[in-house]
Amino acid sequence: MTIDRREFLKVSAGAAGAVTLSGLAGCATTSVAGGKAKVIVVGAGFGGSTFARYMKMWSPETEVTVIEPLGQFVSCPFSNTVLAGTNKMEDITMPYDYIKKVVDNWVTDTVTAIDNEKRTVTTAGGKTLAYDRLVLAGGIELLFDKVQGYDAEAQKTIKHAWKASPDQTGVLRKQLEAMPDGGTFVMSVPMSPYRCPPGPYERACQVATYFKKAKPKSKIIVLDGNPDIASKKGLFLAAWKKHYGYGTPDSMIDYRPNNMPRAVDAKKMTVGTEFDDVKGDVINVVPPMRAATVCGLAGVRNGNNGSWCAIDYLTFESKEVPNVHILGDSALTNFPKSGSVANNTGKMCAYAMSEMFAGRQPDPSPVVTNTCYSAGSDSVAFHVATVFRWDPEKKALVPPKGANGVSKEESELEMAYMESWAKNVWADTLGLPENYNYTAKG
Amino acid sequence: MKKSIALTLLIAGALGAAASAHADPRARFMAANCAYCHGPDGHSRGAVPSLAGLEAKYFVDQMKAFRDGSRPATVMQKHAMGYTEAEYEALGKWFESHK
Ligand SMILES: Cc1cc2nc3c(=O)[nH]c(=O)nc-3n(C[C@H](O)[C@H](O)[C@H](O)COP(=O)(O)OP(=O)(O)OC[C@H]3O[C@@H](n4cnc5c(N)ncnc54)[C@H](O)[C@@H]3O)c2cc1C
Repeated sequence: MTIDRREFLKVSAGAAGAVTLSGLAGCATTSVAGGKAKVIVVGAGFGGSTFARYMKMWSPETEVTVIEPLGQFVSCPFSNTVLAGTNKMEDITMPYDYIKKVVDNWVTDTVTAIDNEKRTVTTAGGKTLAYDRLVLAGGIELLFDKVQGYDAEAQKTIKHAWKASPDQTGVLRKQLEAMPDGGTFVMSVPMSPYRCPPGPYERACQVATYFKKAKPKSKIIVLDGNPDIASKKGLFLAAWKKHYGYGTPDSMIDYRPNNMPRAVDAKKMTVGTEFDDVKGDVINVVPPMRAATVCGLAGVRNGNNGSWCAIDYLTFESKEVPNVHILGDSALTNFPKSGSVANNTGKMCAYAMSEMFAGRQPDPSPVVTNTCYSAGSDSVAFHVATVFRWDPEKKALVPPKGANGVSKEESELEMAYMESWAKNVWADTLGLPENYNYTAKG
Repeated sequence: MKKSIALTLLIAGALGAAASAHADPRARFMAANCAYCHGPDGHSRGAVPSLAGLEAKYFVDQMKAFRDGSRPATVMQKHAMGYTEAEYEALGKWFESHK
């Protein structure tokens, strides 16, 4: 009774002789000793929902509470096809009804404070909830103040559409529809690392596929902060050439590397880079980003100059604050920030935590994967696929030989697989039943 | 003699019960890795084939064929290169027993 939790952890870890996994071994013991373990999950996106669903499956006795402000799940994957007009917002919007039934408590609210010592979270609605383990899966925070002029007023006109929602993706689609033929769409690519490395280049393809059909005299200017195409370069260049005249004087796409947007002017409709002011009829600037605001509340945004959250690869526990785990885009890893990775590492964290709660050690050599499709047009797609395995020397998850690569070329088959991937990852993340009526198409 | 058999059975029984209670959590986790393409518990909602209920031997043979390239693939050769043969077996068993 007098022994404090931290001390207890050290003692029990010492007894077990586990040095690197010290905190974990101890916690497994404390949670069991303390009865039903309580886990709070902040954010019900790809990482948080998947974790919650699998945690209830693999450790049914654990009490799982999910806190999420949004009433429905809106998918970023496939949101570029809404810009193309292939799908509508409702096709990429899914209910939380099924995942709600799986967990013990669902709180529709936003976490506004975290007390690491007391192990409590507080919400905007004034609730304070206690946890044994906290899972932060809040996605990303967009840093508008890093782009001059991108204030609340400008944000009414200039959309990022990097968190899919009717007010972002939906409005951007309407702006593209309203743009006259012969107009210019200016879009940006943030500096790596950012959410979904191939996403911006896919966006260029998807807007181009719409323009080709509806406004063939229009242009797309891609302002990339990076020195080169950051993902699937050969495949995107091939798609741009094949479908949108890239490399010819008539190219629909004007790609400008090393062009970081530094300022926006929503009245003059310009984007300022180091070199010039670029004028557009529709402007889509994705500002720099970092781990979700909620990670800042817990003090776990300690990696990469305070941008992302350093984690222990075997458990996704913060390297800074014990009992706090970070999933999805917020984590600092060598994985791409994708929905597939958020889904897969959500399961990995549930696996590690359920083992710990059962009084065992987490798997010392886990395997996780990424499979990420991009649509080059309205009928073809291509992929990057990687398996990451624990490497005891590098103390990281790295791909074995041959377990990493991209498509040889785009294909219609891969578009069918991309559509299938979306339906399966949505089902797996949100617990959608087998007869769920999907309307999205590839 | 009798005593030691009884003891062995007792221990085997206890181990068996323990094993089935948390039946190979690593295989279960690795099988879940496949879900974002092949569907929850191997029940696909789209063009990618389901894995639930496949015969273990068939599963293992396909993984080997993806690995050596004798079965043409889009993403599967990369995935096959990421797992060991023992893991193919464990995954095969898991999907065979989950219809
Ligand atoms: C245009 C685009 C296309 C993409 N395409 C693909 C693709 O094809 N394939 C792929 O694998 N990935 C794709 N991605 C990437 C994918 O969307 C992200 O990697 C994924 O969403 C990350 O999951 P997450 O759980 O970290 O965050 P999210 O899915 O964003 O979920 C975060 C959740 O946390 C909630 N939240 C935030 N703060 C709080 C708080 N304080 N309290 C409570 N809740 C909070 C939010 O409301 C949100 O629901 C794409 C992304 C974009 C932008």
